[in-house]
Amino acid sequence: METIPSIRVENLTRKFGSLTAIQNVSFTVNRGEIVGFLGPNGAGKSTTMRILSGIMPATSGSAWVGGVAVAHNPYEVKQRIGYMPENNPLPDDMRVVEYLRFRARLKGVPGRKLRETVQDVMETCDLARTARRKIIGTLSKGFRQRVGIADALLGNPEVIIMDEPTIGLDPHQIQGIRKLINNLRGRLTVVLSSHILPEIERSCDRVIIINRGRVVASGTSDSLREEFLPGNRFELEVKGCETRVAELFKAKGLEVEFLEKEESEGDILKLTIRAQGNGELGPQLIAALSDSPDCTLRSLAPRVPNLEEIFLAATKRSWEETIESSKIKPAAAAQS
Amino acid sequence: MRNFFILLKHELRMLLISPPTYIAAVLFLCLMGFLYWAILRGMVNTPEENLPIVQFFSIFWIPVFFVVPLLTMRSIAGERSTGTLDTLMTTPTSRASVILSKFSGAYIFYMLLWLSTLSFPLIAAKLFPSAALSGSLLEPAPIIGGFTFLGLSGILFVSIGIFASSITRSQLVAGMLSFTTLFVAIIGGQQLGNIAQNGAELSFWASELVNYLQIFQHLDDFSRGVIDTRPFFYYTSTGVLLLGLSTLVIEAKA
Repeated sequence: METIPSIRVENLTRKFGSLTAIQNVSFTVNRGEIVGFLGPNGAGKSTTMRILSGIMPATSGSAWVGGVAVAHNPYEVKQRIGYMPENNPLPDDMRVVEYLRFRARLKGVPGRKLRETVQDVMETCDLARTARRKIIGTLSKGFRQRVGIADALLGNPEVIIMDEPTIGLDPHQIQGIRKLINNLRGRLTVVLSSHILPEIERSCDRVIIINRGRVVASGTSDSLREEFLPGNRFELEVKGCETRVAELFKAKGLEVEFLEKEESEGDILKLTIRAQGNGELGPQLIAALSDSPDCTLRSLAPRVPNLEEIFLAATKRSWEETIESSKIKPAAAAQS
Repeated sequence: MRNFFILLKHELRMLLISPPTYIAAVLFLCLMGFLYWAILRGMVNTPEENLPIVQFFSIFWIPVFFVVPLLTMRSIAGERSTGTLDTLMTTPTSRASVILSKFSGAYIFYMLLWLSTLSFPLIAAKLFPSAALSGSLLEPAPIIGGFTFLGLSGILFVSIGIFASSITRSQLVAGMLSFTTLFVAIIGGQQLGNIAQNGAELSFWASELVNYLQIFQHLDDFSRGVIDTRPFFYYTSTGVLLLGLSTLVIEAKA
């Protein structure tokens, strides 16, 4: 059982009429991993998640959850998955505990375990004391989101899929949800989608970036950093001029590319550079600038690209690729 | 099947806690009580051939037109527009049991409303013991026949409402759709019958078909105690067909 990945997706394609929502999406998620699904609006995140949870059939391709094919045995897959849809729809006129009991019964929790199971998930999601008997319609957004997550946790699923669990929450609530997801680490496989990139970066082991229905990148944020924004980036403040700085670096044999430049008062330059070379680059850069009398280094800091930049780079690259391929196609058609 | 009962219980519970249920019930009983009173009053002035309860059942279509759409329009269209249908679909529940539970919930409530109209002849019998003794108020045969008819036709009417609710996400559209479909099924069938009677030449099978759709004729037969198998077949088969179609619709449009 250890070798079977929790989720395996191969060449999944879904079309809505002439519109292709996702095309040849393939990825795997291993047991116990927390995976973030990133992508701009309309990229196909929700579609992929809906297909995985068996609500929507795929046009072609296959998906397995815990080794069970979604298309062949949706009933069994649904027992293994806890799914929280986008916007987290809940019936407004029920009490939290009533709703969770109803859902637990539907998910096949036996009657004698019902109370215990519902109590457990309510405690995991911090609902037991505060919101137990409240009517769902009167709950704040953060609590509604917790109820949604509690619902997804019912019935002891192997995999939890959450579509935008942190949307519309304030920073405190986001932190709460993040803690909750962290509590699940190791016990369950979690797939979540979000727009809030630092959120994903903090809580996920691995990121899958999807754009225009295709997976454009997949891996840990470090490996994505390597792939999409290679080289070491530094931010430095220098008193002097840019050409002089470039000369000094060149003299030391450092390959440096200037990315951004900002001038502030007192002819202090703020530069963002990408440097390539062997060994520790920081001290070399400092040494290069320390000898010269007309260039004074004020500060130097390594800059680690955050997921936002990786995301922008990855989606931009895939856009460029699609534009290029669409340019080639008409040209080829004209030639023939 | 286990999930069907869980869903049905949930459905009935939601009906019990929602205020529109009580509003619909009160309006229905007020209207029907008024109509029953009007029938009794009419009988005081002019002698009538039919018993009051028979006349009362013959206006069954008035409440059907508004109660059935009101009762069913929310069931699936509402769940779809709030998105709770999606969450329901992610549980290991078959779509058929979702539709069946919605249908049964609405049907049970519909029949409860009708059963509560039994109180009218009971009240009348209490107030006018002489009329009750002559057997004109609580004659068992037409009451049993009439309720059998209501129970059977209710299967068709409620499943029309459920089907209308399953094909759209707007409750308003669902309500209008079920109203017009009910109108066509009840009044349209009768009109076809009238045309057929007014001398238009119909081949044998066509006139059989038209006879088949005569909902008022069925009521007449039932309240006389004539229980025919053809209406049984008509209402149950069409009802099952519509529910089956609704299952397919929510499967395809999830």
